[in-house]
Amino acid sequence: MKIKLDLEKCQGHGRCYSLAPELFDSDDLGNAVVLVTGELDADQIVQATLAANNCPEYAIEVVA
Amino acid sequence: MTMEKLPVADFATDFDHTDPQWVADPYPIMEDLRERCPIAHSNRYGGMWVPVLHEDVSAIANDTEHFTSRTVVVGSGRPGEDAPPAPIGVAPPISSDPPFHAIARRLMLPAFAPKKINALESFSRELCRRLIAEMADREVIDAAVDYAQHIPVGLIAKMLGLPQEDGDLFRSFVHIILEGVDLPQEQRIEAFQPVEAYFIRVLEEHQANPNDDLTSFLLEAEIMGNKLEDAHIFGSMILLVVAGIDTTWSAIGSSIWHLAKNPEDLARLVEDPSLIASAIEEFLRAYAPVTMARLVKEDFEFKGCPMKQDDWILLGFPAANRDPKFFDRADEVIIDREQNRHAAFGLGIHRCLGSNLARLEMQTALEEFIAAFPKFEIADDDGVTFSQGQVRGPRTLPIRILERS
Repeated sequence: MKIKLDLEKCQGHGRCYSLAPELFDSDDLGNAVVLVTGELDADQIVQATLAANNCPEYAIEVVA
Repeated sequence: MTMEKLPVADFATDFDHTDPQWVADPYPIMEDLRERCPIAHSNRYGGMWVPVLHEDVSAIANDTEHFTSRTVVVGSGRPGEDAPPAPIGVAPPISSDPPFHAIARRLMLPAFAPKKINALESFSRELCRRLIAEMADREVIDAAVDYAQHIPVGLIAKMLGLPQEDGDLFRSFVHIILEGVDLPQEQRIEAFQPVEAYFIRVLEEHQANPNDDLTSFLLEAEIMGNKLEDAHIFGSMILLVVAGIDTTWSAIGSSIWHLAKNPEDLARLVEDPSLIASAIEEFLRAYAPVTMARLVKEDFEFKGCPMKQDDWILLGFPAANRDPKFFDRADEVIIDREQNRHAAFGLGIHRCLGSNLARLEMQTALEEFIAAFPKFEIADDDGVTFSQGQVRGPRTLPIRILERS
């Protein structure tokens, strides 16, 4: 599983990098940056799913 | 001061967000409207539509084709020619539409991104501790007046490079702008004079003595090689003061209000302060302070509603946040809620610029308050009052301290 971030949808709410700081960071504008672009391990899938489930703009997906 | 208004007969057809019944407790009214409307209407304010479902609030917030942000606070009538036109508006970027919006917003975003805001943590924490120290020996305190209201004022003054002691002045400005919706237009303009005079003086002082602050940044900033127009700078500063103060004051106050009434939640946070971050998100969801407005750009049918040009849309993020079609157990406050896509900071391109600042203030304010006062309760139910208008939160909040550490 991998993280798919749609930067068109991201508005910089910052939920992902607060909830999953190992997987997401903020750029200089406050928008999300994906830190782990490859395959996620089991624990990372949990963290990424948490971030995805809390994004108000539905900008994050955890996809195969 | 205020014009006499008739009480609302039916919120579905005669909606008024300044009606005492709505101010006292809007949530049952939202629930009722969701079931039978779900977009309420009013002939007040020159015509207004009020969506209460998350899907409708989200659709309108994301539809800048049909809805303009050129006025975001509902006034006594249609703004007509008085409101500066899109795309810039009176207070960029909140009042701006695409394409100018993105330019004005991009300019401001770095100052409010986490890297800059996190650097203010110790300032915010010290301010909270100082306020707590001042009320340390009192049995009953007012958590809105003695505590919550001072925190955002202190932070925004710090960011703009304005004197900390001007706090009372800022709060009076906020009142003039946000809570004056009932005043006729001429009276609002007159009331606005001292606000304008203050900021003109501030800009002159910063022009003469530039600083490493947001005011000097705005004075130096350029868009495509041109300095910002005075009206843009002035509007943005007013926006930062207005949007930054009432809102977070309300959010901190509502959080303390909830904890005072729910000792089991308070005990959990005292026991495990790592829960404060998720509790804050839940307080933001359940007690979202901010309702925005839009104007209909031109005649247009939305979900069967015949919207006319310049009709108001009261964009209720608090209502969206209580929609049971969108949230499980929407009316319950669950401080460790795992899925919380709340819209307290808005949705779409106008997401609150200061959301990171607001969260920092809430986090430090709650951590310090419950560390100092691990047990407290409402001292007097009748003494709790809420603001009227588009920002909702406690304005007086008498709290009895039951235990101090």
